[in-house]
Amino acid sequence: MSHLALVPIYFDDRGPLVDPVVRRLERTLGLPVRIQRPWFDPEECFDASRGQYRSTLLLERLLAAPPDGAVRRLGITSVDLFIPILTFVFGEAQLDGTAAVVSTHRLAPEMYGLPPDPKLLVARVEKEAIHEVGHTLGLVHCFDGACVMHASTYVEEIDLKEAEFCAGCLSQTGRAGSLASRGR
Amino acid sequence: MSTATQTAGILIVDDEPSVRDSLSAWFRKDGYRIGAAEDAAAALRLLQSESWDAVLLDIKMPGMDGMELQQRIHEIDPTLAVIMVTAYASVETAVQALKQGAFDYITKPIDPDELSHLVCKALDHRHLQAENVQLREKVEELSRLDEIVGESPEIRKVLALVDTVAQTDATVLIRGESGTGKELIARAIHAQSPRRYFPIVPVHCGALSEGLLESELFGHERGAFTGAQFRRKGKLEMADGGTLFLDEIGTISLKTQVELLRALETKEFVRLGGSRTVHVDFRVICATNLDLEKAVESGAFREDFYYRVNVFTLTLPPLRERVSDIPALAEHFRRKYAQQMDRAITAISPEAMDQLVRHSWPGNIRELANAIERAMVVGKPPQILPQDLPFPLDANGAEHAGETLDDIEHAHVVRVLERTHWNVTRAAEILDVDRVTLYNKIKKYGLRRS
Repeated sequence: MSHLALVPIYFDDRGPLVDPVVRRLERTLGLPVRIQRPWFDPEECFDASRGQYRSTLLLERLLAAPPDGAVRRLGITSVDLFIPILTFVFGEAQLDGTAAVVSTHRLAPEMYGLPPDPKLLVARVEKEAIHEVGHTLGLVHCFDGACVMHASTYVEEIDLKEAEFCAGCLSQTGRAGSLASRGR
Repeated sequence: MSTATQTAGILIVDDEPSVRDSLSAWFRKDGYRIGAAEDAAAALRLLQSESWDAVLLDIKMPGMDGMELQQRIHEIDPTLAVIMVTAYASVETAVQALKQGAFDYITKPIDPDELSHLVCKALDHRHLQAENVQLREKVEELSRLDEIVGESPEIRKVLALVDTVAQTDATVLIRGESGTGKELIARAIHAQSPRRYFPIVPVHCGALSEGLLESELFGHERGAFTGAQFRRKGKLEMADGGTLFLDEIGTISLKTQVELLRALETKEFVRLGGSRTVHVDFRVICATNLDLEKAVESGAFREDFYYRVNVFTLTLPPLRERVSDIPALAEHFRRKYAQQMDRAITAISPEAMDQLVRHSWPGNIRELANAIERAMVVGKPPQILPQDLPFPLDANGAEHAGETLDDIEHAHVVRVLERTHWNVTRAAEILDVDRVTLYNKIKKYGLRRS
């Protein structure tokens, strides 16, 4: 049966974040989610000059996965991600492709000198995970500020949107049908 | 709603493949159309083949660097928003880039939020500039239409013909002496035609040499001739959907007449140096102050081209034949220049107006406009006086007739006939001649009531 593979990279797959994220992805995307251990060394994606991990290289590793029936792969990591020209990214996805990666590093309130807020962190991770998978479905950024596909370039912007696609984006995804039919 | 409608084009120029790829992927997710070039040559090729709204340009590149390329881009399209990108900050480079017309300057790595806002701002700026140009053209066009002034039977007849022909798609030939307002009439026809929401594109054929005129009309491909570094659209293409106004058509060379005739008949042409046929749809309005029939006889104007353009002819009367319009026209120009120059000249004195009415105006309305403009400069508020006008005066303050006795008689007979609305009996009384003599004068000068 087709499924979405969630690949924890430097990420505690038994911690409090995993279960709610898996449930949210299953509910929103209408597709079973299975945890898949990384089959590559993520350290190859580390850039010593920046002290960050290059998200495009992680995507390349995720795309080179051994075939196992997964129609999409979402890497989830606690390390800080970047693309060469930008200071950081919350995540990166292959537009209309099969792989995406999301980082929790800059989603935690502690990062900004605020007290920890586990519920807020879960909500942010859920939204960014769905957002990146949305790009793999061919969705571009949405004007609707409440839609999960609305662009977020700073963390508070994530809090303003919902963890759901707007009607327009939803109709473009065809939801699980789209995932299953276009994923391979 | 998705951002699928957002189709602005962003060109990324950087020699590092990873930067090009990551930026392309980043902006594609915002729904933009993306182009990527690894060096200046590739960027120029993309600039030539497609239209872009913003360019992200790396300063350090092998070969032609970003600063030089930015200068070239500015020459090609000064409204294109160029954002300079570099790995290190240098105040001098930033200042130089901005002086050269760059929109802004950023250093790598860039904060995602800053990049996103900067690009949005650059695109908004570009959009506003384009809108500003459009609005200026519109205002200019509207203000030009206002300049058709006059209530004389001659001008009323012309305006009635404009109303009639504007609704059709017929080719119009506007004839008239220099300065009679042929371009204004062409714009009036366009403004009342179903094509009014598309541009009217004037081509002043007399001002250009044969080669330049062809390039101006048909456009050219890159490398069509020395100096043709980029593909350029011609006026025929720019007039697509609208009106092509060919001014001074009598000056076009025989060779260009052949090319133009083919384009006007088929609405198809090929750009200079090109091979692809371009299809266009436009209406043609031509104007001339030359005797085209004579030019056909002498072989300077092709007969087939003459019949192609001479479909519906509008003849504009010279100002000396619409003397009754002179006061209204003079007053119109006084108001216009008073506003433009911010001068408190609120009237034209009766004596000065009398001078204006009596002058023969060989340069027609253009000469009248210039005379009033000059008077507004040299005159003193509150009104224009005879001495402010550019006519030499005799001891009685009357204008020196620089013309022959016949010219003066001709102009005077026309003036009196106008004033009496062609009541020959009344005009003969004023002129103190009998009616037969007046009829002989009318015949002699070929005068006709409009």
